[in-house]
Amino acid sequence: MSGRRYLALGVVAGAVPLAVLLVFFALPVAGMLQRGFFPDGRLDLDGAAAALWRPRVGQAVWFTAWSASAATALTVALGVPTAFVLHRLRFPGQRLLRGLVVAPFVLPTVVVGVAFRTLLSVSGPLGGLGLDGTPAAIVAALVFFNVSVVVRTVGPWWEGMDPRREEAAAALGASPVRVLTTVTLPALRPAIVSAASVVFLFSATAFGVVLTMGGVRYSTVETEIYLLTTQFLDLQAAAALCVLQIVVVVGLLAVAGRTGAGRDRPVDRADRRTTNRRPALRDLPALGVTGVVVLLVTLPLATLVVRSLRVDGTWSLAFYRRLQQADSTEAYVVPLSTALSNSLRVAFDATLLAVTLGTVVAVLVTRRVAGPVARRTLSAFDGVFMLPLGVSAVTVGFGLLVTLDRPPFDFRGSPWLVPVAQAMVALPLVVRTVVPALRGVDDRQREAAASLGASPLRVLASVDLAVAWRPLLAATGFAFAVSLGEFGATSFLARPDTPTLPVMVYQLISQPGGEGFGGALAASVVLGLVTSVVMAGVERTRVPGAGAF
Amino acid sequence: MLTLDHLTVTYGATAAVDDVSLELPAGQVLAVLGPSGCGKSTLLRAVAGLERPRAGRIRFGGQDVTTTATHRRGFALMFQDGQLFPHLSVAGNVGYSLRLRRTSRAERRDRVAELLGLVGLPDYAERMPGTLSGGERQRVALARALAVRPRLLLLDEPLSALDRDLRERLAADLHDILRAEGTTALLVTHDHDEAFTVADRIGVMREGRLVQEGTPAEVWRHPADADTARFLGYAAVVAGAAAVPLLSAAGLRAGAAGGLALRRSALRLSVGGPLTGKVHSVRTTAEQTRVVVDLPDSGRLDAVAGLDVAVRPGDVVRLGVDPSRVALLPVVSGAGTSEGPGPAWPQA
Repeated sequence: MSGRRYLALGVVAGAVPLAVLLVFFALPVAGMLQRGFFPDGRLDLDGAAAALWRPRVGQAVWFTAWSASAATALTVALGVPTAFVLHRLRFPGQRLLRGLVVAPFVLPTVVVGVAFRTLLSVSGPLGGLGLDGTPAAIVAALVFFNVSVVVRTVGPWWEGMDPRREEAAAALGASPVRVLTTVTLPALRPAIVSAASVVFLFSATAFGVVLTMGGVRYSTVETEIYLLTTQFLDLQAAAALCVLQIVVVVGLLAVAGRTGAGRDRPVDRADRRTTNRRPALRDLPALGVTGVVVLLVTLPLATLVVRSLRVDGTWSLAFYRRLQQADSTEAYVVPLSTALSNSLRVAFDATLLAVTLGTVVAVLVTRRVAGPVARRTLSAFDGVFMLPLGVSAVTVGFGLLVTLDRPPFDFRGSPWLVPVAQAMVALPLVVRTVVPALRGVDDRQREAAASLGASPLRVLASVDLAVAWRPLLAATGFAFAVSLGEFGATSFLARPDTPTLPVMVYQLISQPGGEGFGGALAASVVLGLVTSVVMAGVERTRVPGAGAF
Repeated sequence: MLTLDHLTVTYGATAAVDDVSLELPAGQVLAVLGPSGCGKSTLLRAVAGLERPRAGRIRFGGQDVTTTATHRRGFALMFQDGQLFPHLSVAGNVGYSLRLRRTSRAERRDRVAELLGLVGLPDYAERMPGTLSGGERQRVALARALAVRPRLLLLDEPLSALDRDLRERLAADLHDILRAEGTTALLVTHDHDEAFTVADRIGVMREGRLVQEGTPAEVWRHPADADTARFLGYAAVVAGAAAVPLLSAAGLRAGAAGGLALRRSALRLSVGGPLTGKVHSVRTTAEQTRVVVDLPDSGRLDAVAGLDVAVRPGDVVRLGVDPSRVALLPVVSGAGTSEGPGPAWPQA
């Protein structure tokens, strides 16, 4: 094939994921907006604008802003010292702690919500603090969730930093604190800023956690969109909020992209001659912070597990058994095992789709192209696939529901809708995990292979795949875990008779009188367990930046 | 004055630095020379306070600094690859330690300008490290290390990352700059040219031990043993009976030494020379003809001839030995020739 034919191949390959994104992401979002701004076929911005001035909406915006800011600040404050302890020191049990701290990120949001409520409820271990249902509890849950983002992003970066730079500063007379503030933190700045903006993003668009913990009392923009669309059928206000959210998200991604620019470049990825050192007395503050993080992570999870096994003051599997024996008279209509197999089947399909599309995108955006136009095109292409990261899953879910119900896209009730929506959510994670590995390949290796007679496809197989198969495996596990826990879009699309596990958990929590709470605990434990097994597999691939941003 | 007193640094069970004692008088430059992995960098890191010694003391100016924190030692450290702070400009890097000491802005600017002049980069103040070449980066790193006039400058292979031409030029510059600043410096390197160019004194290290210490001339003329001689660039070491004819041809007293180290140009084809050998191979370089000859008693050795001498493999030629291109070695057991059939030298 000639070079022109490979270019054509690349364009065609790029068109497929783009088309999928267009139909299953852009179209639903646009449909949702259309309903908001063109309520009866004519542009009506006043209604949307007026909706933004409603006190309840204002409260949601304000609550979102401050809770996300507080959560981000706290997450960074806890995450950076933890990254140091887990990636720059050396002590027994470190790998275990790394796995533990990172686990919450892929835990299904509803599980986290349930775990925190169990911990903080009046009868829970920390019930005395009176935090149940307070904003502080929501912020704590957001921190719980996101601390791994900071650790995973900043940690490997820190690990790769040549310690001799800090040693040079110390030899020049800088005290440890000065070394930290004048050398280490400036060098870490891109990683910290990037992690912080992602944490803010996740906190501001958190859905499952806030819905399970805040109920209707504390509402963020995301849960407000949900309530406006499902409870009040006020699409105008919902659309206005969607736009507001998209604007903020795109802005944030741009800022993060700018600050993180060039972070794929191997800084001074040390020849790792200097190994990590043992903890010393001066590491006590950082060790203390890590201890707090470990407590924050283990306490809710341990409580969740213990409470799911305690029925009427004795150890029992009753909650689990009752879930399995569900009959149609209960609010949940399928047994636990059916919900689990629903989840697994959907996650399998979603993963297949997300990994296939994500790999194509990752390969395309890491090709070297000549000319500024081609480069800009690729960079825009890259950016477009990051969008689902920030656009409210609720928007996508509801949008899918309202737009894909007529020809040519009549997918209503199609069993494919849920996996496709989940794949859209997992896609950015796949791309983000694979791209750094492919970018790390020295282009001269590809040139050497080509000069030895390898065709472009052969180069891809022998050079790129050789490097990327581990990240690809990690990305697969990641996508699977994320699909398992996906709740925002799924809650709209899953048919009532085929709920996934997260949907089932939410159904159980919503039962009047707290009847289903025990069942919710049990289902959460099962869901958390399955996710942990998948993530343990990801951890074994030892891809340092998996789940980093 | 820096004094190391029976210093030992261990990594696990292995001693990277093994019972090393040495003295470095103020204002002098000592180069510790050794192959990679000999422990020289660990020695430097221990002096800097980056490694804790297992045993022994480090003293500076009569004061024991063995347990003093790195940043309180008043030393400065310069690495092989500079380790410039990438987020600071050249001026920011050079002025870093001055800012730590809260030097006034004007004073800082003057000193930075002075140092950049000293290292030959007067117009580079506003450049960022990413835009510099390897040689420029090392110059900036040197200026940064000199900024506060450290009591002791520690240099870890400062020129090794550079290409040969630049390395030679910078080594000469480094020599002049250290003299101009009157800096006491400890340099570790595996490059003997660098060590000989820059240093007043040379220490040779091998497997954690300091095997020799002296002025460059002393070390050069009298390597402590065969391995040291080879490390210093002597092409062959001949011991025992094989050395006897070479020693007498050089006019050196036979039996006075345990062996002989020869540079590649120690043997020269000359019509009236005292030795006879058979040419094995011939190669012409730009400046001379390099010949490999087989000597009946001493084995196969390198020799040189003028470009005007025409020889072919198989020719029998006469050779002389240039005494300034050989070094006598003390009696060392096991220091046999690597080539040649010589019998073992009788043990002393």
